Amino acid sequence: MSDTFHLDGAEVPFESGQTVMQAALAAGHYIPHLCYHPEFKPHGSCKLCTVKVNGRTTASCTMPAEAGLEIESETEELNALRRTLVQMLFAEGNHFCPSCEKSGNCMLQALGYDLEVHTAGFRHLYPDRPVDASHPDILLDFNRCILCELCVRASSEVDGKNVFGLAGRGITKHLIVNAESGQLADTDIALADKAMQVCPVGVILPKRVGFSIPIGSRRYDERPISAQALDDAPRQSAASGGCTACEE
Amino acid sequence: MSKKLRIATTSLAGCFGCHMSFLDIDERLLALLELVEFDRSPITDIKHCGPCDIGLIEGGICNAENVHVLREFRKNCKILIAIGSCAITGGLPAQRNHLDLGSCLTEVYLTEPGLAHGHIPNDPELPLPLDKVHPLHEVVKIDYFIPGCPPSGDAIWKFLTDLIAGKTPELGHGLIKYD
Ligand code: SF4
Ligand code: SF4
Ligand code: FES
Repeated sequence: MSDTFHLDGAEVPFESGQTVMQAALAAGHYIPHLCYHPEFKPHGSCKLCTVKVNGRTTASCTMPAEAGLEIESETEELNALRRTLVQMLFAEGNHFCPSCEKSGNCMLQALGYDLEVHTAGFRHLYPDRPVDASHPDILLDFNRCILCELCVRASSEVDGKNVFGLAGRGITKHLIVNAESGQLADTDIALADKAMQVCPVGVILPKRVGFSIPIGSRRYDERPISAQALDDAPRQSAASGGCTACEE
Repeated sequence: MSKKLRIATTSLAGCFGCHMSFLDIDERLLALLELVEFDRSPITDIKHCGPCDIGLIEGGICNAENVHVLREFRKNCKILIAIGSCAITGGLPAQRNHLDLGSCLTEVYLTEPGLAHGHIPNDPELPLPLDKVHPLHEVVKIDYFIPGCPPSGDAIWKFLTDLIAGKTPELGHGLIKYD
């Protein structure tokens, strides 16, 4: 029999080695997240997935599932914290959604919608971050980077190219391109790379695509991210659930 | 019948797109007029905002006059609402914020091709531009925000009717958007 923990009162089964996030998504329970990606090792940096485990806050994407845990996620207290995190991300970069090609397909924006974030609230920093348009096929717009490191991980772990990195600390932390010139044109990145597909926001964009999907048909126009994320998650199939039960 | 609510609206550093979207509530405007009357607004052409229940402001703050109008609204309106991307984030005008204002003006009025005899406008009637464009909440307290560029007529309708009914306004999926 697989063990279970409680998430907002519901019983969630898990297999050994799963994190709270993986088990929750697999069982059809959404926990907001931004830097977590089902195909990569958890990074634990955005803290959007923060839950309360036996009364203490922790990132659910890095927390190993354990039998009997009492976990709270969908509470006004935690959603207020998540809202503040989203607001800080908006205030820290330059997110002008009306001119962003990722709009409608962007996880940060979709999380803002789901959490009813109506304003960044804080003073906007308006950082000066010139774009890198050096590559013939790919545009890099640093203004929207949320430092999730997914492109860094995809480029080194999947593409074997190590095109991206993060440099600096604290508020000066930023995305860099690993080339002598610092320019994307001087790397061997290609359109088919995994690193092209993982950015949750509008930083790494293929050129000459623009606003090709009409408003109304984009990813998060149709359904909120809380519904979409469950479809994307690797699910526990009914069959394997049945089998574990048989082995009891 | 209870007294009608008084509403003032204005556009600061905006494009009037949010006002156009407000008109997109179409015939519901008539239902709204049963509940509210307009003070200063492009609809009435009243020049100064008097005591109001609700102030709706489109556009951010890009010059000295914007600051005066915003303060006048804050002083007179019980509830002040920022409507649209520019009012909430600075929006399109704020895309100049990482540039030096002087070099912006030089580029636009002097060095752009075809502007050989141009000059930077200096009529004393013109309000002075601010060094940076700001969202409204950085200058006065804002009570509510209706995001969107522009928010749809439906979003504006939902928000205002919630508010007038005394509920906390919520937009929900499909009505909340930043673009
Ligand atoms: S990355 Fe997302 S949140 Fe940022 S401007 Fe683009 S659509 Fe908006
Ligand atoms: S570019 Fe995108 S994927 Fe890479 S760190 Fe920034 S937000 Fe994450
Ligand atoms: S999703 Fe867990 S910290 Fe980002």
